[in-house]
Amino acid sequence: MVKSCLDDPAARYGAEPGGASAPAKAKITFVDSHGQARTVEGESGATVMETALRNDIPEIAAECGGACACATCHVYVDASWTEKTGKASQMEEDMLDFAFGVKPNSRLCCQITVKPELDGLVVSTPAQQG
Amino acid sequence: MSEMIETDVVIVGAGPAGLFAVFELGLLDIKAHLIDILPRPGGQCSELYPEKPIYDIPGLPIVTGQELTDRLLAQIAPFHPTFHFNEMVEKLESTGSATAPSFRLATDAGKVFSCKVVFVAAGGGSFQPKKPPIPGIDAYEGKSVFYAVRRIEDFRDKHVVIIGGGDSALDWTLNLQPVAKSLTLVHRRDAFRAAPHSVNAMHELAAAGKIDFRLGQVTHVEGADGQLHAATIRGNDGADKLIACERLVPFFGLTMKLGPVADWGLNLHENLTPVDTEKFETSHPGIFAIGDINTYPGKLKLILCGFHEAALAAQQAYHYVYPGKKLVFQYTTSSTNLQKKLGVV
Ligand SMILES: Cc1cc2nc3c(=O)[nH]c(=O)nc-3n(C[C@H](O)[C@H](O)[C@H](O)COP(=O)(O)OP(=O)(O)OC[C@H]3O[C@@H](n4cnc5c(N)ncnc54)[C@H](O)[C@@H]3O)c2cc1C
Ligand code: FES
Repeated sequence: MVKSCLDDPAARYGAEPGGASAPAKAKITFVDSHGQARTVEGESGATVMETALRNDIPEIAAECGGACACATCHVYVDASWTEKTGKASQMEEDMLDFAFGVKPNSRLCCQITVKPELDGLVVSTPAQQG
Repeated sequence: MSEMIETDVVIVGAGPAGLFAVFELGLLDIKAHLIDILPRPGGQCSELYPEKPIYDIPGLPIVTGQELTDRLLAQIAPFHPTFHFNEMVEKLESTGSATAPSFRLATDAGKVFSCKVVFVAAGGGSFQPKKPPIPGIDAYEGKSVFYAVRRIEDFRDKHVVIIGGGDSALDWTLNLQPVAKSLTLVHRRDAFRAAPHSVNAMHELAAAGKIDFRLGQVTHVEGADGQLHAATIRGNDGADKLIACERLVPFFGLTMKLGPVADWGLNLHENLTPVDTEKFETSHPGIFAIGDINTYPGKLKLILCGFHEAALAAQQAYHYVYPGKKLVFQYTTSSTNLQKKLGVV
């Protein structure tokens, strides 16, 4: 049976995927420590860490669930994207002390929020998080 | 020398599930000791998100991880649980039978417990130090690589290298400097997450040439038979420097690892212990598993589920602790008997 828009509140309010107010998406590529790349879609407003977990990306542990308290969501931001992702906050810098092999382009990806400007973002993951 | 402690129940893990179990057991006149490798109670709540709000604790619309821990401690205070912090439960052996269970547990600090019932409330596992990915480091652990300082004497007249920029790294830099032959502090940046006075004291020692402070990371170690001789430090400028190193102390914080729970002969599915949903008992009579460590159809890793599991497990524990005695169900609101135990009448 065909459902009219009016019968289906979710569709009416645009809450269905692809509906008018569905969140904007951005493609994010995760390159693992063996060089394998996986490109997935992240929703605007979610974090890069959440996007990784939802898509079963390996090498992201995220033990603290995004509380910036574990440093097991460490990524290296591709050089061409570091300007757009911005710098780590003071709290994040402190937490990066507990990550391994930290480099100038290191970030904790639970602290990067997906937004349309980050469409195409490339990050790579270290071999060891915890 | 080992100390033998006798009690009704030993609770492995002082996270929210373990803490609330004290309450439910206490109402049934069952005494408990809690053991945790962390230096304080609260498990994930106090270790991973003390300041973050939790919104799904029934009756508490908003409460932080630390507040919840503090409230649980207040709630269980009438039962005077004994805490053993900074101790890892390493061994769990059965000393009884299926109908009259009893157990012996041993910690890494040499304490031995004898009890009738064990509550495994080990959550996501024990919080253990993170081990840096330095090739071959495992061979030196416990001999010349240490993740905590237990005996200062182990460092006397040794070339000591400490890695890290938090309070532990700085405190031990200051404390070991007087006994070490040389001390090098390696940190990735010239900023620290530590008490300012310790940071100043460290800089003064460095300026006076009493310690060496290097910006960079330790990338390689050399030695033989578990004894380190040297370490390579890759400076932030990319240059490698080989320095004498007989003791290495990396401080990279903690991570949850299942740990010794895996060696206790319990059934494990993907690092979780299956239990029934009536008593939350494992396949081993007398050993219960509550909170994040257990699994059953429909399991949710929520604090409130751990509370429910603790209440039901305590009922069955009663029958092991007081065999043959009848258990009468009572409310804390109306039972003067329970209120006496809570110290409110
Ligand atoms: C960032 C974050 C946010 C969360 N938010 C919520 C929320 O909003 N609502 C909610 O309901 N849940 C939330 N949770 C989940 C919740 O914290 C867990 O469900 C809860 O902590 C589990 O409690 P537990 O007592 O089973 O185990 P844990 O809290 O993991 O405690 C287990 C303890 O056992 C110790 N231990 C383990 N093995 C040994 C051993 N062999 N010897 C000695 N000690 C040992 C560990 O060191 C640890 O302290 C959140 C978790 C995280 C990480
Ligand atoms: S998930 Fe723990 S710091 Fe990012």
